[in-house]
Amino acid sequence: MDVLFRNVKELVERAENENKLISEIMIEQEILITQRTREEIMVQMDRNLTVMEEAVEKGLKGVHSISGLTGGDAVLLQAYIEKGNSLSGTLMLDAVSKAVATNEVNAAMGTICATPTAGSAGVVPGTLFAVKNQLDPTREQMIRYLFTSGAFGFVVANNASISGAAGGCQAEVGSAAAMAAAAIVEMAGGTPQQSSEAFAITMKNMLGLVCDPVAGLVEVPCVKRNAMGASNAVVAADMALAGVTSRIPTDEVIGAMFEIGQSMPSALKETAKGGLAATPTGKWLESKIFGGAVVGSGK
Amino acid sequence: MKFKSVFDIIGPVMIGPSSSHTAGAARIGRVARDLFGRQPEWAKVHLYGSFAETYKGHSTDVAIIGGLLDYDTDDERIKTSFEEAEKAGMEFEFIPETGHTDHPNTARIVVGDSRAEMSMVGISIGGGKIEITELNGFPLRLSGNHPAILVVHDDRSGCIASVSNCLYKYDINIGHMEVSRRQKGEMALMVIEVDQTVDVAVMDELRQLPHITQVTRIAD
Repeated sequence: MDVLFRNVKELVERAENENKLISEIMIEQEILITQRTREEIMVQMDRNLTVMEEAVEKGLKGVHSISGLTGGDAVLLQAYIEKGNSLSGTLMLDAVSKAVATNEVNAAMGTICATPTAGSAGVVPGTLFAVKNQLDPTREQMIRYLFTSGAFGFVVANNASISGAAGGCQAEVGSAAAMAAAAIVEMAGGTPQQSSEAFAITMKNMLGLVCDPVAGLVEVPCVKRNAMGASNAVVAADMALAGVTSRIPTDEVIGAMFEIGQSMPSALKETAKGGLAATPTGKWLESKIFGGAVVGSGK
Repeated sequence: MKFKSVFDIIGPVMIGPSSSHTAGAARIGRVARDLFGRQPEWAKVHLYGSFAETYKGHSTDVAIIGGLLDYDTDDERIKTSFEEAEKAGMEFEFIPETGHTDHPNTARIVVGDSRAEMSMVGISIGGGKIEITELNGFPLRLSGNHPAILVVHDDRSGCIASVSNCLYKYDINIGHMEVSRRQKGEMALMVIEVDQTVDVAVMDELRQLPHITQVTRIAD
């Protein structure tokens, strides 16, 4: 199969040589591979953007999952932001609250757009709708944000993994956060190389993150990991825009993520057998939700 | 490359909570229904690895049944698929297995009715993407990215030529093709991924060819 890029190096080189945005390279590759028209592709991504907007809106109004483990935190965060004296700043907390909103909707079996997965669906839209307020992008630029994210996600999915069961949470929220960081940089006017640096900086700080969902539910700790993934993305984007670079090339960071995922024990890869899922409270919550004998302690 | 489209990464639009364990599971169920060709009367679903450990939390069971009822990943009816299955008269059973499989998210779906029975293995590889790895005991690779034709036939010389000639006649290009058989001279399976949509007339013509027992089409 002919593709325009197989790794981040090729993606960045192509964008810089042709003086194009990374989002544009992704769109061109999509046209090449699927033989669909540019318009069809843009319309489909526009629809995905609308789904993301609706999920954020719904979450900010307040939703709760059937298990009762998650919900309502996005509302708390928005109320706190409005008081105007947050320590980490409005944009940062806005991104966090919108990432949480999306994942709370997901946990409540609402409709979301996987980016790149459902468990990590909060990071890309959360950061997008927060930086939107500062950068004031056009609708097309917002759609391009998703193509830029997608270009980096495409590389990760094909060269490593975006599955928690195969690579742990680093493959899901780690990938989502790094994808978002790269997209923020492009929207803020950074270079393709700076997008790549932001991606690497984020991913390096997500390496080793395990997938240990309590009771096997995409709730604890997934919702809060999306929150921190979003904040990580914003900080890394700022670092890259400031000119900070990654000593380890982006593709090697992706390779490291894959290797770490391979050597991670299966108890920490979405089996709900280790990590937080195996804590006394984690087990107690599991038995409370699904019935059966109460194992361990808990509150 | 397993992931070909940007919409494998930014997408699918789906009912939560998990792209691999909910959306991917629904897609595996739906392919099983497609391959069976109609609504089965019963389904036995064996779950392995992470699917077996966490299916309740991820609504993997609800999603697979939704797929068997022909629901897409963003169909709200997935949430009530157990009730819908009862209304549709489909009995089902989930069996968590402890055996080891190559991929952590593996499901073996056995479906049937008074006329036939079929067994299929699907894996959910992340972000809602799936692959079908086995059909009625035949190992196969089916990405679901392209329209595909599955042909069950007798293991005789000329079968493959007659099928590919027929596709050539309708100007259908073969992108990927695999042929397997259980034993020399017995039943064999052709899996043909094509670039164009295959319409009913082509399917009918394939069915008329000698030594062909079953022809199924899987949409893009």
